[in-house]
Amino acid sequence: MSEVLHVEGLRIEARGAPILDGIALSLQKGKVLGLIGESGAGKSTLGLAAIGYLKAGCAVTAGTVRLLGQDLGQQSPEALRALRRQRISYVAQSAAAAFNPFWRLERQVTELAVTPDRRALARDLFARLHLPEPEVFGRRYPHQVSGGQLQRAMIAMALANRPELVVFDEPTTALDVTTQVEVLAQIRQVVAEQGCAALYITHDLAVVAQMADDILVLRHGRMVEQGAVRQIVEAPRTEYARALVAHRSGSAPPEAAESAPLLAAVGLELGYGRKVIVQEVSLAVPRGQVLAIVGESGSGKTTVARALAGLIAPRTGSVRLEGRALAPLVEGRSAEDRRRLQFIHQLPDVALNPRHPLREIIGRPLTLFHGLSGAAFQTRLAALMADVELPVALLDRVPGALSGGQKQRVCIARALAAEPDLLICDEITSALDPLVEDGILALLQRLMQSRSLGIVFITHNLGLTRRFAHRVAVMERGRIVEEGATGTVFEAPAQPYTRRLLAAAPQMRAGWLTEAIGSLRPE
Amino acid sequence: MSRFSRYLMARIAASVLAIVAVSMIVFIGTALLPGDAAQAILGQEATPQALEELRNQLGLHLPLWQRYLAWVLAALQGDFGVSFSSGRPVIDLILPRLANSLILAGAGAAVTVPLAVGLGILSALYRDRWPDRAIGTISMLLLSLPTFLTGYLLIKIFAVELGWFPALSMVRRSTDLMGWIRALTLPVIALTFVASAHTMRLTRTAIVAILSSDYVMMAEIKGLSPARVILRHALPNALSPVISIAMLTFAYMIVGVVVIEVVFSYAGLGKLIIDAVGYRDLPMVAACGVVFSVVFVSLNLAADVLAMLANPRLRLAA
Repeated sequence: MSEVLHVEGLRIEARGAPILDGIALSLQKGKVLGLIGESGAGKSTLGLAAIGYLKAGCAVTAGTVRLLGQDLGQQSPEALRALRRQRISYVAQSAAAAFNPFWRLERQVTELAVTPDRRALARDLFARLHLPEPEVFGRRYPHQVSGGQLQRAMIAMALANRPELVVFDEPTTALDVTTQVEVLAQIRQVVAEQGCAALYITHDLAVVAQMADDILVLRHGRMVEQGAVRQIVEAPRTEYARALVAHRSGSAPPEAAESAPLLAAVGLELGYGRKVIVQEVSLAVPRGQVLAIVGESGSGKTTVARALAGLIAPRTGSVRLEGRALAPLVEGRSAEDRRRLQFIHQLPDVALNPRHPLREIIGRPLTLFHGLSGAAFQTRLAALMADVELPVALLDRVPGALSGGQKQRVCIARALAAEPDLLICDEITSALDPLVEDGILALLQRLMQSRSLGIVFITHNLGLTRRFAHRVAVMERGRIVEEGATGTVFEAPAQPYTRRLLAAAPQMRAGWLTEAIGSLRPE
Repeated sequence: MSRFSRYLMARIAASVLAIVAVSMIVFIGTALLPGDAAQAILGQEATPQALEELRNQLGLHLPLWQRYLAWVLAALQGDFGVSFSSGRPVIDLILPRLANSLILAGAGAAVTVPLAVGLGILSALYRDRWPDRAIGTISMLLLSLPTFLTGYLLIKIFAVELGWFPALSMVRRSTDLMGWIRALTLPVIALTFVASAHTMRLTRTAIVAILSSDYVMMAEIKGLSPARVILRHALPNALSPVISIAMLTFAYMIVGVVVIEVVFSYAGLGKLIIDAVGYRDLPMVAACGVVFSVVFVSLNLAADVLAMLANPRLRLAA
């Protein structure tokens, strides 16, 4: 077998600080190497360096990359470009951003092809990726097709120059699970047909377990562990890899005894303008329990969360706190009602004022709801920081100085400062890495028990739901299609949609993808 | 396409509304000024009877809204009344001046827009390096000079000292092409100084945002040549913002060049309105105000529509 890619002692620096260091790997023709690690681990930088592309400000300061027998460090910029035009392809994470909005798809997909009949080539590629109406699909502009189709069009584009190496950079991260399964299966199929080598970058171990032959685990720009997929998944040697594997296991919390609901929604109908988004949604959360609302993007789960928080007024139905109807909009709710319901957003970067120090961010609810000042204020502030496991020294920093996980902890501390009875968490871990996510969930679990909080947890992550939620409500197109104890719903889903969703959630065991495809194709 | 035509209708309606609002403000403004048309026509020595008679004749005793409606109806037929100072129909005086202003602004835009857009692109490509800094500094410097100062400096250097161009940009119907070029050169340079800095900076910002986009990075990763990345992947996406910027520059040049027209004694609309204010020629002032607003609003409308047509996402919104 011939070696396509060989990296040795690679070190890449940006402004003097190393991004990657001591990287060594080898990739043979026809093989897929999975690169896995947290965001910021250097996965993308490595994937791009492998094809002779460095982002602005980055420089290779040690080591070599040999691609298809050529030492990339010795090549002129034009030679590197020629190599990428003719023999290599790259599939970006967000196809929506990586396609040029100005040109039709077929023009971009066939840009590198040398064939005179570009339309025929585009049609063949689109047909190969099972895109609808391959004859006319390419006449569309990127904004006119769905996210899953766009991602497949990008894979088609990657195949247009018959590459010998394809770098897949998180190609399914932006997709819903049911779409992801299809795209994963197609990637696997085209890589096999093409007989090319592939680098597959992801932060999802289950995905890489289905796609790769070997796995390279990266952390902080260094290699942690490298080996065959089954070895890493079944017998990880390093602690970090073990933690990554363990992250996915764990069982549902036991269902607590029936108790009066803390918060309930009755017959909600929600919409914007003339458009109805959510219909006939009713749900209830008791104290000390987590209710997960799961569904794909566009299913209306965030709209429900916004209605509970009073950010959108229901057309019909009401939100009740301990049996008492709340005002539809937060402006109409009393300070006491507002205090009892706190909302945590998906993106802490957007939810925190970048110019306020943490003291001000977390301290505001203390003065607003509890009128604290002086020594009592400082004591409470320190206690909250301890609750969310952040050092008190950070209080005078601004959010920009914190990591993503720390920022989300600040958001939790801010919510807790109000001493709420109920937390509404909208995808609060979806932007975080798996181990950071575990930390946040453990924290919420502890706080929920010690304060008997109720939690409404909006998520699209079924693995997380199974480990964390007592009850689960599955939403599809604005309606709750199934609701029940997490264990029951996951073991014996009653609705076809729930079954599809569960079948599509990636698992690590060998052969899962093949089974999932079989079970998801219409019977 | 239905959504696009609905957008177009809404924009046209809003434009008409804006022009109506401006015409009201202009009309009420001129009506509120002390002294009226009868006084202005007959002069200070007129007898009260004569004044009263003329007021009746002109309809000045009617309520304001009736006078406004009569004025609008006449204006729609091209009749803006008679100039107090010259006694000729206002419209006959405005049209040649408007043509002159359009010629000056057109010449200014023809120089400024390509120059400023080119420099903006150059600046973006060499972002934070010396060409960017030099372009930025020089254009800011030129922008910071008051227009009348640059105007007089240009006259002093190129007309008085060197004698290359006339100091007064007089044009008449008989002026030939060379005469036009000689008359327009200095005002156009002065216009370029004031208008290019903004256009340049807006272009630079638009291109910088596009250059840092994922699709430009994707084009680079695909191994396309730098020229192709810029010409095929970056610049087409700048079309829409640059069209808006260019049209606004043009609009600014038509209505914002009052000072330049005065400095160079150029017979444009700006100079006309200044003179009309000086003579308290109210029908002329009102008519100029309305013409300015029509020109400005139409160019804005054209800018929006063209920018939308140049962007597939807006043109083909589902």
